[in-house]
Amino acid sequence: MEVRVSNVRKEFDRFPALRDVSLDIRSGELIALLGPSGSGKTTLLRLIAGLERPTRGTIFFGDEDASNRTIQERNVGFVFQHYALFRHMTVADNIGFGLKVRPSAKRPTKAEIRRRASELLDLVQLSGLEKRYPAQLSGGQRQRVALARAMAIEPKVLLLDEPFGALDAQVRRELRRWLREIHDATGHTTIFVTHDQEEALELADRVVVMSQGRIEQIGTADEVYDTPNSPFVYGFIGESSSLPVKVEDGQVWISDRPIGLTAPELPDGEATLYFRPHDIELLDECNGCIAGTVAASRRVAGTRRVELEIGGGRERIEIELPVGHPAAQKSRVAFRPKRWKVFPKPVEG
Amino acid sequence: MADPELYPADIHHEHASLAVTERPLARAALMALAFGFLAIFLLLPLVVVFEQAFSRGIGAFFEAINEHDTLAAIRLTLLVAVISVPLNLVFGVAAAWAIAKFEFKGKAFLITLIDLPFSVSPVISGLVYVLLFGTASLLGPWLKLHGIVILFAVPGIVLATVFVTFPFVARELIPLMQEQGTGDEEAALSLGANGWQTFWHVTLPNIKWGLLYGVLLCNARAMGEFGAVSVVSGHIRGLTNTMPLHVEILYNEYNAVGAFAVASVLAGLALVTLVLKTLLELRYGAEIAATRGH
Repeated sequence: MEVRVSNVRKEFDRFPALRDVSLDIRSGELIALLGPSGSGKTTLLRLIAGLERPTRGTIFFGDEDASNRTIQERNVGFVFQHYALFRHMTVADNIGFGLKVRPSAKRPTKAEIRRRASELLDLVQLSGLEKRYPAQLSGGQRQRVALARAMAIEPKVLLLDEPFGALDAQVRRELRRWLREIHDATGHTTIFVTHDQEEALELADRVVVMSQGRIEQIGTADEVYDTPNSPFVYGFIGESSSLPVKVEDGQVWISDRPIGLTAPELPDGEATLYFRPHDIELLDECNGCIAGTVAASRRVAGTRRVELEIGGGRERIEIELPVGHPAAQKSRVAFRPKRWKVFPKPVEG
Repeated sequence: MADPELYPADIHHEHASLAVTERPLARAALMALAFGFLAIFLLLPLVVVFEQAFSRGIGAFFEAINEHDTLAAIRLTLLVAVISVPLNLVFGVAAAWAIAKFEFKGKAFLITLIDLPFSVSPVISGLVYVLLFGTASLLGPWLKLHGIVILFAVPGIVLATVFVTFPFVARELIPLMQEQGTGDEEAALSLGANGWQTFWHVTLPNIKWGLLYGVLLCNARAMGEFGAVSVVSGHIRGLTNTMPLHVEILYNEYNAVGAFAVASVLAGLALVTLVLKTLLELRYGAEIAATRGH
């Protein structure tokens, strides 16, 4: 099922949680809504589910306007961060709940419901736990049951709100791979919310990066990582270093020296240079480079992080070098970013 | 005042562990105080009630109970409880649901209103009904015209009891439902359940223990309420006398055995409630902890 979000705005007590958001989700796609808390990602998910009504705008399921449909009519599978399993029901009853509450004409028989619950338990690799209560399961198992319960109603869309947020790192990684496998096997259009970029980049076909109620960028993991389209995405996804620069005649300057980078499309004036700390080349002689004094250097896993002090402005940035690289021993390092982007300084106000 | 030797431990910081765990003597003193207090103020009166009721033998006790007005009072008390407890169960659940699951203006005001019966003297609650429905009131003539009798009759007693016992169920449920949030309900709705199915299959099982506590407390108070009922009842023997009122009348007539016999039945009903609650806690302790703790 395709989902189309069209110019949706949502206000809570006049406070806009989402401002004019549009998003096209293709059928069968696995999409991540990624952003810091307060970015509106959960609100967007709840709007798609029908747990909230948009203040303005439309949500389409396929060609059909679903904006005024209730959550029951939308037939979505929703998985909550804290599982929201019914604690007084067994695992099998939890999974069968969505079938049991159907109107009698569409309700499967009891035996059929039981069979379906077992099937889904097999799918989520929890066979044999039918009779357990949620309190007798681990966090990871509970979330699998929650997913099985959501899938039992054969939803058009699967929506997951921070599905692994309450689990520890080991289980998260395991479940991440497992969710990808389930998605590939069942082909549900799936949208999940996360604030964990690693999770989003690894799992999703496309990542929707959100900030302050707006969509900053939509793209594959490669796209949002390699070509961030805003300072926010640069700062939020992956490591980044930034330096205040000046643009003059398409040349990028740091204080009074051009650094050998050109930005012909930018207007003259103050701007900020962004690059990845590892995406640099070291230079032996500096005719057009960024040069700095080594202020600190520390070993981080397989690389060495070097902190440089740049120019008179006492700006500090980080670059990453292979461990044992001789440059780390020097007191001055000259380099040029291989991949970078300059954003003009935003107009105040 | 209890033990002067405690002070050095409190002052010297190297003995910090002593400062938080009391010495055996202090602990014994505290426990003795608690048990002594309970014995004198709760257990002793209860024993006296039963002792007085049976002071002239079992025969006199049953004679006192098996009297027309007394039986009428017991029947009336049970009737009032049977009507007002279910009413407050419904009102309480509705109010708690509204407060815990929705955001709306005037919520704080509503919570204050629910507490009103606790903060206002029951006598005043009774007087309010007299002012509202009495012959001198605005509604009085209209009621009389239509032959509706509220004051000095069962409807008045029920109204007063409902008013006084309203907070029990709501007060018990509001914190519980607030803590549980709306996640389970949202999950049920997303699975296609309608509002009623959600309430019946999800909300109610989640709150059933809290609800039961509230109902038991509400019931105990409904049977025992004196002040408000006293104002609106009119004390007509055999007609509008509830058990607490009947106890007072018998006592004022120097009929000690009769008064204490009825009192012991009333106390017995309260004890049954308590025992029921304790039994349920023993039987379902783990489950109660689970639904409350999550």
